[in-house]
Amino acid sequence: MKITVTVDGTTYTDEVEPRTLLVYHLRETLGKTGTVVGCDTSNCGACTVLMDGRSVKSCNVLAVQADGREVTTIEGLADGETLTPVQEAFRDCHALQCGFCTPGMIMQATDLLSSNPSPTEDEVRHGMEGNLCRCTGYHNIVKAVLQASGQSATSGGEQS
Amino acid sequence: MTAVDDRPQAASTHEVGRDRRRKEDQRLITGRTKWTDNHVLPGMLHLAMVRSPLAHARITGIDTTAARQAPGVIAVLTGEDVKDLQGSLPCAWPITEDQKAPPHPAIAVDRVAFSGEVVAVVAARSSAAARDAAELVDVDYEDLPAALDLRASAKDDILAHPDLGTNRSATWVFDSAEAGTGSSVEDAIAAADVVVEREFRQQRLIPAFMEPRSTVVDPTGEQFVMWSATQVPHILRLMLAMTLGVDEGKIRVIAPDVGGGFGGKLQVTPEEIITFLVARHTGKPCKWTETRSESLLSAHHGRDQWQKLTLAAQADGTVTGLKVELLADMGAYLGLVTPGVPILGAFMYNSIYKFPAYHFSCTNVFTNKTWTDAYRGAGRPEATFAIERIMDELALELGRDPMEVREQNWITHEEFPFTTVCGLEYDSGNYEAATERAKELFGYDELRAEQQRRRESGDRVQLGLGISTFTEMCGLAPSRVLGSLNYGAGGWEHASVRMLPTGKVEVITGSSAHGQGHETAWSQIVADQLGVPFEDVEVLHGDTQISHKGLDTYGSRSLVVGGQAVINAAKKVIEKARPLAAYQLEANPDDLEFRDGKFTVKGAGADQEGVGLAGLALAVFAAHDLPEGMEPSLDADATFDPVNFSFPHGTHLCAMEVDTETGATTMRSYVCVDDIGNVVNPLIVEGQVHGGLVQGIAQALWEEAVYDDQGTLVSGSFVDYTLPTTADTINFVTDRTTSPATSNDLGVKGVGEAGCIASTPAVVNAVLDAIRQFGVKDIVMPCTPERVWRAIQDGTAGAMSETAGAAAGHFAEGEPNQDPPGAGAAPAAGTTQEGGQA
Repeated sequence: MKITVTVDGTTYTDEVEPRTLLVYHLRETLGKTGTVVGCDTSNCGACTVLMDGRSVKSCNVLAVQADGREVTTIEGLADGETLTPVQEAFRDCHALQCGFCTPGMIMQATDLLSSNPSPTEDEVRHGMEGNLCRCTGYHNIVKAVLQASGQSATSGGEQS
Repeated sequence: MTAVDDRPQAASTHEVGRDRRRKEDQRLITGRTKWTDNHVLPGMLHLAMVRSPLAHARITGIDTTAARQAPGVIAVLTGEDVKDLQGSLPCAWPITEDQKAPPHPAIAVDRVAFSGEVVAVVAARSSAAARDAAELVDVDYEDLPAALDLRASAKDDILAHPDLGTNRSATWVFDSAEAGTGSSVEDAIAAADVVVEREFRQQRLIPAFMEPRSTVVDPTGEQFVMWSATQVPHILRLMLAMTLGVDEGKIRVIAPDVGGGFGGKLQVTPEEIITFLVARHTGKPCKWTETRSESLLSAHHGRDQWQKLTLAAQADGTVTGLKVELLADMGAYLGLVTPGVPILGAFMYNSIYKFPAYHFSCTNVFTNKTWTDAYRGAGRPEATFAIERIMDELALELGRDPMEVREQNWITHEEFPFTTVCGLEYDSGNYEAATERAKELFGYDELRAEQQRRRESGDRVQLGLGISTFTEMCGLAPSRVLGSLNYGAGGWEHASVRMLPTGKVEVITGSSAHGQGHETAWSQIVADQLGVPFEDVEVLHGDTQISHKGLDTYGSRSLVVGGQAVINAAKKVIEKARPLAAYQLEANPDDLEFRDGKFTVKGAGADQEGVGLAGLALAVFAAHDLPEGMEPSLDADATFDPVNFSFPHGTHLCAMEVDTETGATTMRSYVCVDDIGNVVNPLIVEGQVHGGLVQGIAQALWEEAVYDDQGTLVSGSFVDYTLPTTADTINFVTDRTTSPATSNDLGVKGVGEAGCIASTPAVVNAVLDAIRQFGVKDIVMPCTPERVWRAIQDGTAGAMSETAGAAAGHFAEGEPNQDPPGAGAAPAAGTTQEGGQA
């Protein structure tokens, strides 16, 4: 099938198999390898992207379902060298270690804050629970999301 | 910080100790990443593995005709095709001379020994075509009885490998009386006022790194180039050469961005061998990337032991002896360090306590399950869990506060260095300081008072406090010690420092980071050593053609061993530059001092310009005017072999609330005060502690690799293998005390495993502490709501049983596979794996 998808501001038209998942279309056809696959059951959220501004797990969306839609991946968030507040906060709070879950975490946090700009810690914890991380224990991820919302002035570093 | 390092510092410390934001992150937060699966090469083929669905069976026939004819398929290989080429997967740690082990084929030839074992591989033009065709490979199996239960397998009821004649691979013993490091445990037990004997279960876990494993092999150049999601590129290269009989010089292994490991990528995998073989067979670049289910099924598992402990004590609570008897499940095969994992715990059961007598024995047992190997902590979490659980049991037996009993028996800070009953020398530590700080942050006394109130009022939600005062041995490892344990390699690490003509510095390290932040930490170290800006240091690693020598990253060794190698190389650079600086300054080399990146003449005043390292690097590059006989290079290599392990320790305190009506557990607070010696980057250290804590907490509460009675992994996806989420976890209170290690210049001890080693017993002790008044003596991990509820209902029986019932419930004969409509929320026994997930 022929689909037209705008990804990170560029419009692409491609032939895809009907069974192709959006994440494989992004990675293998468009070379958007910043988005990764971490599981096959939509549990881990590593593949999270924004579709028309809302987060979706791109392993759980067929490429054909993205036809005519606008997709933003981790590669399309920063404006040149200027990072988004979520990206900045992840770096500042050491909210990533190996970085594999990070694209999904950042996209999910971006969606969370766009629908709820001032979440409580509990809202962050429930809003991010569809994304798994094995490195950080989530402590600094939660901190980063709160910091990105402008609610926490403390940085991730120890003040010793 | 309650102590300071008063040793003289050779280098300035502008950088070491700073909470530098990581250099690695700019790429990782913008998606500019190089995971193995991202690699695409011209003509690349994609591999799919055909795996055995049976735990134990003879292969009576494989028909690959349909698969070969499927669209896009280039090759299908079976065990028969590669049996003379594939060798046997390596085990680097035969723990005894008479250790028994079956050959470990990458592709099974005539028999499969666990569910998930590879029986054939398909290479096709796309991964989808390969997977489609893999479905068409028709394998005939003749079912064999499977050895599944660890304790039954130890009795050889059913043989996992009939040709071996037994399931018992090896028994390894340490006895302090025989070793001359202590007295006899049997005498201690005979003379004891109090003997506490307990059995604990270490459930089977799965490392579950977030990046699924992936391997790419390009056979088209002079060297075979392998990209792999591995922690151990150097070991992998050597083992590929030895296993496949290919010259080491013809193999280059690259670990590009690697998404976590936790020991799970400390392996030479069948799939790496197979990808290599198929690439060589087809002459084309080949890629294999696993699905998550393949990962959970076939990447090595961890833990899985029965632990029997006998502790002897005097009536006043002084411990007099400890006997440890283990059964360790190897699974079906021995991987790279499988048999040595429980042995890594052998010297840690005595922990921080002054046991005068100690005996350890471990029998390694084969079963028809996925093979086990290193998982974060490897042997030491098991040891810490068991000793910290039984110290609570001793306190209970004596009717005393568990912290008081610990304190009575631990090594006091005045007693360091302390030689333990295992013969290890603990170089530094201060258990009193860490404990005092932890109790203060925790509000120990207030929480005890609240616990009492809740007990007295019969509150539905009971409160429990758990303690873990742990130590671990890190910085693997002094090569001599490894030799004495029959390990197949040394424990050194290598580094190079290259001075570039522009004054920038390249640091090449044999450590292989996969999330630990070495690029940042090593830059901080070198910036201080050489007096160059942090930004001017580029750290290179993970490619055997760039970093030609190394022993990689595991066992909390990178900073302690690899960091010291970097320092030694940097010091050599300074010494190589000294004669040139003296030549330029027209001074005697001995009259120069090096500080903040500059050589100056001692006593010549503060206003002298001196010569900087960058200028010297350029002068050496030009080589126009060097002292007579000087080699035109400042670059230096160093290989460092540690003389001792390092011994981080800490006090972890956990408060758990248990809903006595539902069995639900909620973590109220968690405080840990770790002593990991000096710290290079506190931000990274905190992150390592947080992540370790949650992995250890997950063992206590949520995770288990569950098999059914046929030997099928039931928890084979992230739906059933329940990693914790943001909603299951809390913010942690972390702090540090500092007793610098004496075994390296930085005074560092290692932090990668600390949280994971310490947290599990703290949590289980807390859960038990909350519900002991109901007669509960133990709960087998993971302490899911169902188990906690059962424990409360019937004292001990339900809680002490293993998980077999939980697994079987999924496929109970004659039962519908789901709740009938309208059945409501009644929990069906056996569908318990969602425990703890909100």
